Amino acid sequence: MPIIVHHLVHEYGTDTKLNTLALDDINLVIPDGQFLGLIGHTGSGKTTLIQHLDALLTPKSGTVYLDGEDIFEKDYDRRKLRSSVGLVFQYPEHQLFETTVFADVCFGPKNLGLDKKEAELRAYDALKLVGLEDEVFYQSPFDLSGGQKRRVAIAGVLAMQPKVLILDEPTAGLDPKGRDEILDCISALHQKKDMTVILVSHSMEDVAKYVERIIVMNKGKVFLDGTPKEVFAHYKELEEIGLAAPEVTYIMHELAAKGMAVDTGATTLEEAKASILAAMKSRGHI
Amino acid sequence: MLRDITLGQYYQEDSVIHRLDPRVKLVGTVFFMISLFMFNNLIGYGLAALFLFGTIKMSKVPFKFMVRGMKAIFLLLLITVFYNLFLTKGDILWQWGFLKLTKQGIETAVYMMIRLTLLIIGSSLMTLTTTPNQLTDGIESLLSPLKIFKVPVHEVAMMMSIALRFIPILMEETDKIMKAQIARGAEFESKNLFKKVKALVPLLVPLLISAFRRANDLALAMEARCYRGGDGRTKMKPLTYKKRDVVAYVVLLLYIVALIAVGIFTEGSLLKILGLVA
Amino acid sequence: MSMIKTKDLTFEYIRRDEEGNVEGITKAVDDVNLNIRQGEFITILGHNGSGKSTLAKHLNAILYPTEGTVWVDGKDTAEDEYLWDIRQSAGMVFQNPDNQIIGQVVEEDVGFGPENMGVPTKEIWERVEESLKAVGMYEYRKHSPNKLSGGQKQRVSIAGVIAMHPKCIILDEPTAMLDPKGRKEVIRAVRALNDVEKVTVILITHYMEEAIYSDRVFVMDAGRIVMQGTPQQVFSQVEQLKELRLDVPQATLLAYELKKAGLPLEDGILSKEGLVEALCRL
Repeated sequence: MPIIVHHLVHEYGTDTKLNTLALDDINLVIPDGQFLGLIGHTGSGKTTLIQHLDALLTPKSGTVYLDGEDIFEKDYDRRKLRSSVGLVFQYPEHQLFETTVFADVCFGPKNLGLDKKEAELRAYDALKLVGLEDEVFYQSPFDLSGGQKRRVAIAGVLAMQPKVLILDEPTAGLDPKGRDEILDCISALHQKKDMTVILVSHSMEDVAKYVERIIVMNKGKVFLDGTPKEVFAHYKELEEIGLAAPEVTYIMHELAAKGMAVDTGATTLEEAKASILAAMKSRGHI
Repeated sequence: MLRDITLGQYYQEDSVIHRLDPRVKLVGTVFFMISLFMFNNLIGYGLAALFLFGTIKMSKVPFKFMVRGMKAIFLLLLITVFYNLFLTKGDILWQWGFLKLTKQGIETAVYMMIRLTLLIIGSSLMTLTTTPNQLTDGIESLLSPLKIFKVPVHEVAMMMSIALRFIPILMEETDKIMKAQIARGAEFESKNLFKKVKALVPLLVPLLISAFRRANDLALAMEARCYRGGDGRTKMKPLTYKKRDVVAYVVLLLYIVALIAVGIFTEGSLLKILGLVA
Repeated sequence: MSMIKTKDLTFEYIRRDEEGNVEGITKAVDDVNLNIRQGEFITILGHNGSGKSTLAKHLNAILYPTEGTVWVDGKDTAEDEYLWDIRQSAGMVFQNPDNQIIGQVVEEDVGFGPENMGVPTKEIWERVEESLKAVGMYEYRKHSPNKLSGGQKQRVSIAGVIAMHPKCIILDEPTAMLDPKGRKEVIRAVRALNDVEKVTVILITHYMEEAIYSDRVFVMDAGRIVMQGTPQQVFSQVEQLKELRLDVPQATLLAYELKKAGLPLEDGILSKEGLVEALCRL
């Protein structure tokens, strides 16, 4: 189900002196099954945008179409929307409340009106998908480690079996291994379940490694939109708005400036490695 | 709706009212509140309203902020008005079951509404123009005579100021958790009361946990910065009355005098105004 | 001169089940020996739950050792009479900027520490001014902290500590909740503090690139210090760091991969400039 964002405008603090345009005429088409990275610094409008995709905020003007239907239409079924678009908030472990992990993950499916058995089946599947072992199912979520809690919270959204999964900085506050684990898990979900995934992230390295398309937001507008290679080619513009390209992009550009025949479009470690090795080989260093 | 509560939020602006000594504002607010219950006629209310709106004008805080504070307590206002309107004894104008609309009822209800509105706007104005730290200092200084009776004045004042500072943060947090649970299909708009209460569990549990976590963090941070209660503490902004504060006290006094004059003029006797004789 | 010294520092806490029965004892910090000199910039790395924060809380007498001793500026933290001296000389900045700002106006928050110490009013103002200038937040002194960005809030928190004139500042994951821009602002402020004011810095972090400026790096796991050395020494152990759920800066990782593929590069390249230079030298 493609998502079409149509002239979306959102304003905070309407009719006070503090009013700001959080979203300024956003137009996007997100096709089925895309793995999309959304970047921009704090206050650029990323969080506001994704909250509109789940109808948690109402736009000032413009709208969002899901599967051809206007989600802000009065009689649009919000419950259906929330079962198709799963939104994982920042620090999602702060929303856990049940006495056991399993009960917490059942919360979503039960809200969809599913019977107990179906809800439990879905909860079980979701917990397996995020790689949690059976022995934690009946523990209190508050006794788990930070990384585990976060998986429980993500499972809570997955149990609703959404077609579109949106994650707002899912790796915030985790250690490097924890970050890799969560991202690998999301990437696997994308492939296995053929989901559309929208990943909000601050890490250019992560975005370059996983996603197929990047949208850069700045001051409520879409600043850049394209493949990682296309977007990071504009690394100077990114710096002007307080962002940066991945480290390797800079390394490749500097090497090229020193006369080495390397591919400046490399955005991931593997690409950079292959390109530098090829250049070195042609110079006869290996 | 939760965002609409203005009580306890500071509005940054550079005005005479903002610069006034917090003790003046506290004393002023208290006297203003008392003054609202001193009379029962429109001239008095007009004077009170005039005084309040003059002060708001001088504070440069947009009037919309005051009105937003009103929205949050609208229900309370409605109940009070309803209660007075239908349950006051007097000359019956209209009756439906036990609900009686009386002349006195209408009068009391209208007065009550005016009083409450002025009262809330008045106290909002104080919190909007005074930072919690100043408020704490003001309360502490005004209540300091109570120290003789071993009342922990500093601690109470500090607690109040922290509570005020965390109101907007917890509001934001409530909004966030609410949205997160709505995204998981929760419904907070249910009409059924039982369901409504049940729906609050996924909101209140995380909110309480978060409040405790924040309280714990804050206590640690305060201790790490050598906080050990009021003893031996100095002040960055010690309270000293300036010329403008004296002027403000005089204005306040004039207001009270004017009210009493209006009272004597309309009700005949000071004792009657204070409700000491019927 | 030694700023912070620990000897056989161990901290245990008792885990209890719901009925309050003892389930076991966890050693959050296990036999740690540190000696941090005045003016050093130290980074402590470690995965979630490795004991870094617990260790940090011992360094300004928020927690006391179960066994062993901690000396801050020569004073034993277990002695009650030194408590306030220790908290004044070893200031602490925490992770969540919202939960450590007490004032509703930036300058009032920065003044909170000096007020508690009983500094005279006139001097509080001087200290607030110089501290806010040191972190580049002076122009925001009249603002409400709620309206600032995460990086700005953390700089206010740092100013709040500097205003107490500490000899040492401990930062417990100060950048964990910030975006890249905010992280850079905070790290820049911390480095300036160390370079210009010669304040001893102990930075606890998850971000490897923040460690490269430090004089020494300590890596913790299960309450113990498992690796230590200069950033070059520590980051040349790529495999070992990965086993400890950590990482190395991306330039270091690329250099490591290239070396594995046969390029004769030295170990412990830390920055992109370093890597470019090394490659061009070949």
